[in-house]
Amino acid sequence: MIFLSFERIWGILLRHLYLLRHSFSRWLDLLYWPTVDLMLWGFITLYLQRDLLSSLNFTSLFLGALIMWNILIRAQQGLAVGFLEDIWARNLLHLFISPLNILEYILGLILYSLFKALIASLIMSILSMFIFSFNFLSQGIYVFYLTFALILFAWSIGLLTMAFILYFGQEAEILAWALALLFLPFSAVFYPVSALPSPFQEIATFVPTSYIFESFRHLLLQGKLNSSYLLKGYLYTFLYLIGSSLLLILTFKIAKREGKLIKIGE
Amino acid sequence: MKYLLKVENLWKTFNGKEILRDISFEVSPSDILGIIGPNGAGKSTLLYILVGVISPTKGKIYYFGREFKKNRSEILKKVGFASHYVSLPYSLTVEENLKVFSKLYGVKEENKRIEELLHLFKLHEKKKTLTRALSSGEMMRLNLIRATLSQPKLLLLDEPTAGLDPEYILHVRNLLKDWAEREGLAILLTSHQLSALEQVINKVLLLDRGEVLGYGPLVEVFNLFNVESLEELYFRVFKSDFS
Repeated sequence: MIFLSFERIWGILLRHLYLLRHSFSRWLDLLYWPTVDLMLWGFITLYLQRDLLSSLNFTSLFLGALIMWNILIRAQQGLAVGFLEDIWARNLLHLFISPLNILEYILGLILYSLFKALIASLIMSILSMFIFSFNFLSQGIYVFYLTFALILFAWSIGLLTMAFILYFGQEAEILAWALALLFLPFSAVFYPVSALPSPFQEIATFVPTSYIFESFRHLLLQGKLNSSYLLKGYLYTFLYLIGSSLLLILTFKIAKREGKLIKIGE
Repeated sequence: MKYLLKVENLWKTFNGKEILRDISFEVSPSDILGIIGPNGAGKSTLLYILVGVISPTKGKIYYFGREFKKNRSEILKKVGFASHYVSLPYSLTVEENLKVFSKLYGVKEENKRIEELLHLFKLHEKKKTLTRALSSGEMMRLNLIRATLSQPKLLLLDEPTAGLDPEYILHVRNLLKDWAEREGLAILLTSHQLSALEQVINKVLLLDRGEVLGYGPLVEVFNLFNVESLEELYFRVFKSDFS
């Protein structure tokens, strides 16, 4: 049985918070992209709303989806890029000669990813409220259900990325930014699944985010949550989470067998 | 239980090549065991297996009478490791790095302990310095501080004096000897500085191509090979590597 130490989990979070404290570029990355994304999409939706399609509430549909997608991206990158930071610093060796176990390490990175997602969502929510009069939190607790499912899925992609990097080495580090985007076309973030060509619709049925974003649209347009979609979203998300966790544990064992924890980052 | 560390029939194979073959030895309190061998002998691999970042192919490791594989986290609280070849994260200050590792090792009264060690290893004035600005000798001293944060019972050191100025080599050597004699700290270390090593160790393990060629108290091994110094022993035992 694995004993979890909160102090060690806090140690991992602290390591990444210290890193952030000294790094202007990391703060910029955290604040700049959500702001640019929101402004760009916000003004596009204003244009569509006023001049072309006034019957649909484009602002809430697009900006709500955009904020949720950004939360997913920040949560996923908090995990995957946090792992890369330890590889770049050649810190994995130091971490794993300490009493820290892999589960505590992941939980530390998960807390850091939550922090990043929280910052991004706060910035975007505040800006969208003041500039575009869209209150992301106006749907109450339902937004929390949807966002939590997205964060769980983000962690599963983060774990999958970590497993690939451990197995294939730094050659696979591009996945920390690219893997989540692979799911974007099938996630129906800005359009319904029905807008996809039929083979793509088939793929979308296996992508948890497609259910979550459909459910979100349903909430905005119909005023109530599609619980069937949300349940399917959670079900698929848990399957992804279990699969990626098992894969990471397996690749961590292989890495220890092949001495990769020492060589990775060289 | 007399020993702090017991290694039984340890084997390691990478891609079909045997890196370590049937290694067995014990380390008791106050032992300072020098692992000696030419490059590629398997010294670093052995140390990395002993701290759990490489898993062995076969064999058992016991610390403090308990099997390492089953009690990893508890055991590693009392085992320190430092290597000349690995630096701590550059983007954190000396103090921040030590605070992070204090959490990972569960150090009680961490601020007091960090202050004490910074003074002991003469690194106190660099406390607020980013680690990237340290010299290689200062980095090694920081590594040694990290390794001793939790007051370990056993220290594993890979080339601990490489990069250090002579005054610091003497200082670190005296410090480690003092801990071993007064507090029963056991130390396993590799080093290519044989004359300096000879003044510290009381046991030796000779390793070549993954095999133990000799092991025991230094005096006994000297008698066995009919030599008078570690340097002489090295060239006697590993002479085929130089012929």
